[in-house]
Amino acid sequence: MIAHAIVFYIFSLIAIVSAIMVTVSKNTVNSVFFLILDFISISCLFIMIGAEFLGMIMLIVYVGAVAVLFLFVVMMLNVAQQKNEWFNSSGRSSHIPVGLLVSIIIFFELIIVIGGWKYKPELLDSIAIEINTDLTNTQSLGSVIYTDYIHLFQLSGMVLLVAMIGAIVLTFRQRSGVKRQSYFKQISRDRKDGIELVDVENNKGVKIDA
Amino acid sequence: MAELFIFFEQIYRILFLLIPVLVSVAMIVWLDRRVWAFVQKRRGPNVVGPFGLFQTLADALKYIFKEIIIPASSNKVIFILAPIVTMTLALIAWAVIPFSETFVLADINVGILYLFAVSSLGVYGIIMGGWASNSKYPFLGAIRSAAQMVSYEVSIGVIIINVLLCVGSLNLSDIVLAQKDLWFVIPLFPMFIIFFISALAETNRPPFDLPEAEAELVAGYQTEYSGMMYAMFWLGEYANILLMCAMGSILFLGGWLSPIDLFPFNVIPAPIWLILKILFLFILFALIKAIVPRYRYDQLMKLGWKIFLPFSLIYVVLTASFLMYFDLLPGN
Repeated sequence: MIAHAIVFYIFSLIAIVSAIMVTVSKNTVNSVFFLILDFISISCLFIMIGAEFLGMIMLIVYVGAVAVLFLFVVMMLNVAQQKNEWFNSSGRSSHIPVGLLVSIIIFFELIIVIGGWKYKPELLDSIAIEINTDLTNTQSLGSVIYTDYIHLFQLSGMVLLVAMIGAIVLTFRQRSGVKRQSYFKQISRDRKDGIELVDVENNKGVKIDA
Repeated sequence: MAELFIFFEQIYRILFLLIPVLVSVAMIVWLDRRVWAFVQKRRGPNVVGPFGLFQTLADALKYIFKEIIIPASSNKVIFILAPIVTMTLALIAWAVIPFSETFVLADINVGILYLFAVSSLGVYGIIMGGWASNSKYPFLGAIRSAAQMVSYEVSIGVIIINVLLCVGSLNLSDIVLAQKDLWFVIPLFPMFIIFFISALAETNRPPFDLPEAEAELVAGYQTEYSGMMYAMFWLGEYANILLMCAMGSILFLGGWLSPIDLFPFNVIPAPIWLILKILFLFILFALIKAIVPRYRYDQLMKLGWKIFLPFSLIYVVLTASFLMYFDLLPGN
């Protein structure tokens, strides 16, 4: 039990410190690496409380896919090597009022959430659904999501689909002058399409219709 | 005292798994070069030791005594971390591989997800190495491999769903035991082929070795690495290849099970069967390296997203409807 507590505190310490480092670190790529460390320690915490499915999905989705794309974008934007000048600048930045507003709103929302545990203690004991402890949590998650909450599940799927299509439409642009390769066209070519034999008269040349 | 004993027992078990894995990685590098040579009618490494078996050890010794050069303009911490990450991730995945019904280090409920997660983390070693080198070719290699590995992970994930539909459990031992009567390679043969090709892309093997395409990118993300750090990348890469072969044999070729449950076959111990299957898949990997030319990058992306992903999704629907119609769904 003591070992359990020690491991828990180690992981939560890593999670908190790396979460702070994400915002403090001056190099953007280092921020993303701290974000990844944060995701990994959070998924370790999930595994420690017995939610091994959530922990693994966290690793696969956030660390394996989302953070890779983050890193990809940050590196491609070439902000990697230049220092983040936001904290160093002596002049007033126009981002500060907006950022301040957003962070104040988030702060109050967090207070409301954490305060809810104080002003309504019975909230903690109320659970939405009976949990069958005999099943592994993969099975019980599956049986809950795909039976009782099937409509919500499909609805969230639709929201994601709309977001995906929206992102594709926004970034899609038709470029002219791009040579595309059509495998079918290439394979179905034969000698007649590619080669033409012409008798060339002397000093006349040959006209090619390209 | 008892806890201490358990602790040391675990360490002993981990070493008992890791040392054979590392030795077999060395042997597999030799085998790879040997197969490659035979396809091209060369002899391959045949000088050090019997049949050249100790060639890799000699190479490793050479790497250990070489100087480690860290480029002055690199990001030093990340530059050093990158090969360590690659190597560690390639080795920790072996914890869940079941070699027989009892011989498995960690028999966890979500074994296949763990394998999938660890193999999807493998891309970080490459991105970190490529970016931290602060040089053009490694960076291009890293960008390429990030896109490539993320794309092919998606189709591997869908293929795993196919297998899981037939098993009804995420535990690797359950997956193997579900193939007692029929290996999944027979009903899911198209998925096996796609898994194999995706595994080639996931481990950056030819014909999908664009991240280190020597004709265009020198050596890709490894360009700035030297000495032991290069050797660690290289060991990690081969450990990953072996891991993919192990994953393929567990998902499709019945893991440690013998092909026929008859006298001469079922006396051979279970781990031997798994090793034979891994070797079979690895020789296929090595042959493909020798006989197939490299893909172009846009063809690679097209293959991943426009062919493999839709096809494996359709196969999920087919498998699910088949199991539903004939009432073969596991777990009820």
